[in-house]
Amino acid sequence: MDFSLTDEQRMLTDTLDRLMADRVTPEQRRAMLEAPTNERSALWQTFAELGLLHMPFAEEVGGLGGDGTDLMLIMQALGRGLVPEAYLAGLVLPGDLLARLGDAGQQARWLAPLLEGEHQLALAWQENDARYDAHGIATAARRDGERWVLEGGKQLVLNAASAAAVLVTARRDDGGLGLFVVPADATGLSRRDYRTIDDQSASDLTLDAVSLSDDACLGRDVAQALDASLALGRAALCAEAVGAMEVACEQTLDYLKERQQFGTPLSAFQSLQHRMVDMHLHLEQARSMAILAATSLDRPAAERDYRLAAAKAYCGEAARFVAEQAIQLHGGMGMTEECYVSHYAKRLVMFDHYLGDVDHHLEHVSDHLVDVV
Amino acid sequence: MNLNYTPDELAFRQEVRDFLATELPDDIRERVRLGRRLSPDDQLRWQNILSERGWLAPNWPVEHGGPGWGPVQRHIFEEECAAAHAPTIVPFGVNMVAPVIMRFGSEAQKQHYLPRILANQDWWCQGYSEPGAGSDLASLKTRAVREGDHYVVTGQKTWTTLGQHANMMFCLVRTDPDAKKQAGISFLLIDMTSPGITVRPIITLEGAHEVNEVFLDEVRVPVANRVGEEGQGWSCAKFLLTHERTGIAGLGHAKQALRHLKSLATRVQHRGRPLLELASFRQRVVKAELELMALEVTNLRVIAAARDGGVPGAESSLLKVRGSELRQELSDLTRRALGPAALPFFPDFLHGDAELDDPAQAESAAGAAQYFNRRKLSIYGGANEIQKSIVAKTILGM
Repeated sequence: MDFSLTDEQRMLTDTLDRLMADRVTPEQRRAMLEAPTNERSALWQTFAELGLLHMPFAEEVGGLGGDGTDLMLIMQALGRGLVPEAYLAGLVLPGDLLARLGDAGQQARWLAPLLEGEHQLALAWQENDARYDAHGIATAARRDGERWVLEGGKQLVLNAASAAAVLVTARRDDGGLGLFVVPADATGLSRRDYRTIDDQSASDLTLDAVSLSDDACLGRDVAQALDASLALGRAALCAEAVGAMEVACEQTLDYLKERQQFGTPLSAFQSLQHRMVDMHLHLEQARSMAILAATSLDRPAAERDYRLAAAKAYCGEAARFVAEQAIQLHGGMGMTEECYVSHYAKRLVMFDHYLGDVDHHLEHVSDHLVDVV
Repeated sequence: MNLNYTPDELAFRQEVRDFLATELPDDIRERVRLGRRLSPDDQLRWQNILSERGWLAPNWPVEHGGPGWGPVQRHIFEEECAAAHAPTIVPFGVNMVAPVIMRFGSEAQKQHYLPRILANQDWWCQGYSEPGAGSDLASLKTRAVREGDHYVVTGQKTWTTLGQHANMMFCLVRTDPDAKKQAGISFLLIDMTSPGITVRPIITLEGAHEVNEVFLDEVRVPVANRVGEEGQGWSCAKFLLTHERTGIAGLGHAKQALRHLKSLATRVQHRGRPLLELASFRQRVVKAELELMALEVTNLRVIAAARDGGVPGAESSLLKVRGSELRQELSDLTRRALGPAALPFFPDFLHGDAELDDPAQAESAAGAAQYFNRRKLSIYGGANEIQKSIVAKTILGM
């Protein structure tokens, strides 16, 4: 049992913390959000120089071989900085699937440039009718001679507007779940872009008889690989939420100490002290769950998914609690766009809506309550 | 980072498990499993078995007869004991007064008391709380007036757990009424057989005689029984509180309670189906499962920090709050799972030696009583609200 960080991990967190402080101030963040999505940001360039784009991938595919803890540290820092870069959606998730499923040619074409920061990708797994179920999808992949034809629609595809290609899940003729690399300029692919309420870049995709050659197909049955990658994504999200919760707690505490009412700082009121402690309790318990998630990725699938579901559900509740308290304890200021904590609060509440919410994951834990443990 | 136990730690767990399987007497195991109170003789029988094995005092350093375990081993031991339905040892000697004597006591006190504690020769109780001093412990009023080689102690202590069996009490008394609140307090070891001591039972809401009032009327205590300097009692008390908080999350007990709850709710039927399949009930069990998972990792974080040389500080307040809340929730769910069977109340069975003819009734007898008993978890050792104030002050600087 070891919760300590290696020297390299300590250096990594120090570097990231400095980077966030220097490069992701509220003003800089606003500018990043207003920049065109098709331009590579200077921050992404810095990520590439720091090796962050190589970190989460195995050495066999050209990565640095970082483990769950490394990813946790990176995501926690990005959560602290409320960084608008699609590190998870544009790099980790599609990259992980390419690493698991792609052949040498596919990896050379799509994964290598991803790691070099030459392009970004996206993963289109979600359909509104399937809610959070990654397997219950309607988009179809039909065999047509030597080619594949994709028909259907995908919603809430994060980072699609900046992606050179989108990995699209589709149900194949033979019933298996397929995954296809669809280049951004593919004929029949159309995109409607928007921002989510927590400032993520997202798109709805329509696939109208998109015809793809065989080398766009990533493996015959991708269900297990998809589960593994989504587990990785959930662990990453938990860590990001913990980072954002840390800052929400810090900013709230600072505000309570500084804001004077009735001739005394708010922090002198016991009812507010106890609320603040409750936020802290939720943060520390969520941190434990994020650690559990990050260190469970190599477990057998059933155990991994049970723990990940537990962690994601727990962090979802904790994040919402911290967000709501942060707004309440900031009083009217917490309701304003100007007050930076409100942006953290939005991210923390909406965190639950990515990769399965509390109810989705509680159901998984409930379904496996007695058999796994 | 990893959450895995080392091969040595796993071997240790097996060693503890084997020991408990062979050495824990069946009658004691069964009483604990059914939630029945142990007689003092049964309690001592088990503590003597532990003592012979050298495992009575997991927190003690080797030089005083401890097993030399680290925080991880102590945690494993606690978990396995709870899982095997071993009795919790009476903590007042081994875990509470002993560390204070080791830290502040004279050589003579160490040589006299520590071996006796390790051999279960004294039954200690705690003289801290008073009717007017609960969470605000430092406002205690019990007076100790110096007369030659003795203090003459007069006052009243309360919530004295198992004081009815005790022959020794460690006690906070006020030796200087003029000094500032904390500064006038001293730490005395008092022979409970001294003239002037009266112990009166307090019966708690579930009908148990667990706690007592202790009246002290001009009790003569040798000055040699003072631990530390006069006026240093508050330092002893604070030091002791950090020891009281090791294992404070009660994780082993919570795990055992959840296992029991799942098993119970699988056997109990609701409209011909296991109760555990009733959505509203199952949801609460799921939430408890999640809370336990989080608490276990938090607990391991604190244990690992202690192993690596850190001092368990205010984090233990977090563990106390969440651990007690979880155990209370589990006791609530267990009571509810029993349904109508939670209502019959057999105090002579739970607290004494009367037997019940119906085995099913014996299985469910303790459910409601334990639910009420567990309300104490968020009150004793510093109420949860006090813990939150401690965190606000020491961690958050509010």
